[in-house]
Amino acid sequence: MRRGPELGIRIALALGAAVAMMLLCATLPHAQAGAPADDHQYLSPSEMTFSPDGRLLYVVCERSDQLLVLNAKDGSILQRIRVGHIPRTVAVSPDGRQVFVTNSWDDTVSVIDAATVDASPNRSTTPGATRTIMTGAEPYGVVVDRAGKTLYVANRVSNDVSVIDIATGVERKRLMAGHGASYLAISADGSRVYCTHVYPRIGAQRTVPQSEITVIDTAREGVVERIPLEGVAGMFHVALSSDGRMGVVAQMRPKNLVPLAHVEHGWAFGHSLTVFGADAGGMIEVPLDELEHYYSLQYGVAITPDKSRIFVTASGSDVVTVIDTKRLLAFARGRRKPFVNDLSASANYVLARIAVGKNPRGVAMSPDGKRLYVANRMDDSLSVIDTVSNKSVRTIDLGGPKNITEMRRGEQLFTTSRYAFQGQFSCANCHIDSTFDGLTWDLEPDGFGKDIVDNRLIEDLSGTEPFKWNGGNPSMAQECGPRTEMYFYRSQSYAPDDLTDLVDYIYSLPTRPNRFRLPDGQLTPAQERGKAIFYRKLSKFGKAIPETNQCAYCHSGPKHTSQKSFDVGTGKWTDRSPIFDTPQLVNIAMTAPYLHDESARSLEEIWTVFNPRDQHGATNDLTKDELNDLIEYLKTL
Amino acid sequence: MKARILTALLFATLPLAGAVKSAAVKPATARNHAETLAASMPRFRWENFTTANGLPDNHVFAVLVDGDRVWAGTENGLALFEGGGWKVFTPKDGLAHRAVLSLAVDKNTGDLWVGTMGGLSHISAGRIDTYTQLNSGLSNDVVYGVGVQGDFVWTATAAGASRLNTRTGEWSLYNERNTPMAEIWTYAVSTGADKVYYAVWGSGVLEYTIATGRWKDYTDPDGENELVLFKDQGLIHKITTSVSYVDNTLWAATYFGDSHYDGRSWHNFLTKDSGLPSNFTNQVKGLDASRAWFCTDKGLAYYDGVNWAVYRPALDTGKPEMYIRDASGKITPVAVQTAPAHNYVLGIDVQGDDVWVATAKGLSHGIRQK
Repeated sequence: MRRGPELGIRIALALGAAVAMMLLCATLPHAQAGAPADDHQYLSPSEMTFSPDGRLLYVVCERSDQLLVLNAKDGSILQRIRVGHIPRTVAVSPDGRQVFVTNSWDDTVSVIDAATVDASPNRSTTPGATRTIMTGAEPYGVVVDRAGKTLYVANRVSNDVSVIDIATGVERKRLMAGHGASYLAISADGSRVYCTHVYPRIGAQRTVPQSEITVIDTAREGVVERIPLEGVAGMFHVALSSDGRMGVVAQMRPKNLVPLAHVEHGWAFGHSLTVFGADAGGMIEVPLDELEHYYSLQYGVAITPDKSRIFVTASGSDVVTVIDTKRLLAFARGRRKPFVNDLSASANYVLARIAVGKNPRGVAMSPDGKRLYVANRMDDSLSVIDTVSNKSVRTIDLGGPKNITEMRRGEQLFTTSRYAFQGQFSCANCHIDSTFDGLTWDLEPDGFGKDIVDNRLIEDLSGTEPFKWNGGNPSMAQECGPRTEMYFYRSQSYAPDDLTDLVDYIYSLPTRPNRFRLPDGQLTPAQERGKAIFYRKLSKFGKAIPETNQCAYCHSGPKHTSQKSFDVGTGKWTDRSPIFDTPQLVNIAMTAPYLHDESARSLEEIWTVFNPRDQHGATNDLTKDELNDLIEYLKTL
Repeated sequence: MKARILTALLFATLPLAGAVKSAAVKPATARNHAETLAASMPRFRWENFTTANGLPDNHVFAVLVDGDRVWAGTENGLALFEGGGWKVFTPKDGLAHRAVLSLAVDKNTGDLWVGTMGGLSHISAGRIDTYTQLNSGLSNDVVYGVGVQGDFVWTATAAGASRLNTRTGEWSLYNERNTPMAEIWTYAVSTGADKVYYAVWGSGVLEYTIATGRWKDYTDPDGENELVLFKDQGLIHKITTSVSYVDNTLWAATYFGDSHYDGRSWHNFLTKDSGLPSNFTNQVKGLDASRAWFCTDKGLAYYDGVNWAVYRPALDTGKPEMYIRDASGKITPVAVQTAPAHNYVLGIDVQGDDVWVATAKGLSHGIRQK
């Protein structure tokens, strides 16, 4: 295991390099298009879209904060345009004149004048955005209405969709969407926008996960339908057929209500599609796994213009699955009962599994439907698939570094499912985009039905050890190594170097911006009052609060964890012990539900429901106003 | 007094007390004047909805018009009238409580906010999310009033006012500790672009100025609970039940008369000197600075700025009744064939020329007659 000071030095060096790079970028002309980027400046292409005339391909690179503009004909890179931090998706106005890129950690959309994109290859300028538009928290998906006047942006952290006037940049409204709203698609006639979300709806503990496809009427700019998806958690892209009669969503079906035991005998996750609309006769769920092999983390979806085929990326399995639509619908019509749990079903409609690069994510279909472009996020490349022969005919190198650092290898290991039995899942199944999954799991070693636990946000983990809710794993190497091999993957173990790289990658994950802090770092009056409560030592009646019952005692230090375990009265009959590790509180606002078993659906319930005897901090003397203040402060951590 | 209002609210089993006779009507001496006046006041054909034709309960606490759709808050669920039929939402569907007390639509998003006896529900395209005093920052589960102002949802609860910032999720509570609110039993809320008004039972009217974030109270200046010493000096009474803010004008209802405030002057209405059928008013809905509807325990009243019209089943015979009171106090009966379902009226909303009225024994649709 390599960690501690050595890791600190590496992070410091990496940070130093990043700062130096930023300074260079600010003072020097940008690198020649197509030229190798900085050795450590991986691109991580994730999403793409074509210009309306099909001449240009826009590629979003999450890691390098760039939008690449490619000549779709020959794959040459025309420009590398600097956008905001951690860009996610891209959309083009119907007239092709404006390009919109969501910057997830800036809460903005970069607006790029397409006219500045010179058609001559190897142009060196990086004009960047002509302006930026503010959005909700952590914008992901973006679409433009058919009139080119309104922008719809899905905001993952604020769980909504921003409706923005493009001309003025004014956000007209926010529409409530699903938990972790992320991906959008607009119907061909422009009348509807469809939104998916990556976390399940926050509901009663240990119930079947619920998700929805949020349907927005663009004329009313309002939500008109929420298509319910039962048993689904983790929805990614949605695509619509050109005639509007069929929609397809890539998704996961976690099996979290049964003990996660004997993965080799059952499932941890099913990977499937939801097909909806008139062609489907409503809604059908379609399994994509096979009897002895799984295709994990379905992510990008595209439908050919003639609807004959559906293409889906399995981002954990490095393949694109090709589905024969006619056979699929015929098969579905012949099955009277749901068949989403039938692993033999996919043989009836899967035409091909096409190997592509590492961690394939977004896809873009050429306007003529002949080519499918696939963004290989962990390879810094695009795969080009001939949609007639169902073969990968070309790989476009986007010019990322050729050497693979240990950290990069760690990230690749995080996203691949090849270590799990029959390729069922990867780290990223439960830690979606390196976050969490909003589910509780029943792990086998505790005994069936015992120690029901959720997983936590895994950002900025240094200083939060030990791991597991019972504090049983003193290090991440143990958490990710023997424990994962024995209880999760049930298969191939990590080689020592692999494990080290994986742990280094996980430890490198930074903390995302906290949206509840004021820009100047000051606290609002309510947050200030809440802070005083958090650090108080006396009750409102002047009595000393025992040290172990003060918020700041257990939740101490920079990550607000003492790294010790306590009994705070939250143990349930299912828990073998009521003593739990003190969780870090970083970005606690986005990780509902709460407590080790997700029994508290909100921060409020931690104290209004699960703290009757003041064991989880002295709070029962607080008025409702004061509890609200405390929560407002916690949201800033 | 609180017991009285609770009884009034939960009027389910109580017969209405103190029926008063229809206003005495003198023989018409100026027929043309009367006919002209009668023609100028809105006349309706009333269609009534009860459990017999789709309502989940006859006790209707609130009604809200949203375009072609009509929402009715009843004692046993929320009812939606759409396309000629009723759809009912209950706690089985996720509604916070079966007794629905208040309704507000967010005109920006089209979402509905529902105040109940057990929390606040948010309905968006069929999805229901519920906020309670346990799972959120809501001050109290009894939500008498709800209003939407921009990104904020204001609620009037049995333990003060709450404001939810729908973008950040922050709850701000307003009560005796941070407002001039002697009582914390907030009963209704009305939102405008610049101000938010609360009817506080026992504490008059509270005004929140959005630009400054400051509160101001209006209460009965003579301090007499049951007497009115100075009629137009200020709010008629501090036992307020409803507020309606429109055209920079505040309309306030109390159990002892009603008030109109234009920012400078107060004008109050009592049965003895207006066309109000009763001083006991459950809701007032201002249409503009001079016109308003009054929902009383003895019928529905309309005020056009000068004249009054009252619609109800006659208190003695129960037969449909409408009469008009002009500025001179002269009362003119108008022959009608239909009336609202009951004279105990709790709420009203307007749908074009029509009105929808919540009563103790059903929901009434007043279809304007030309």
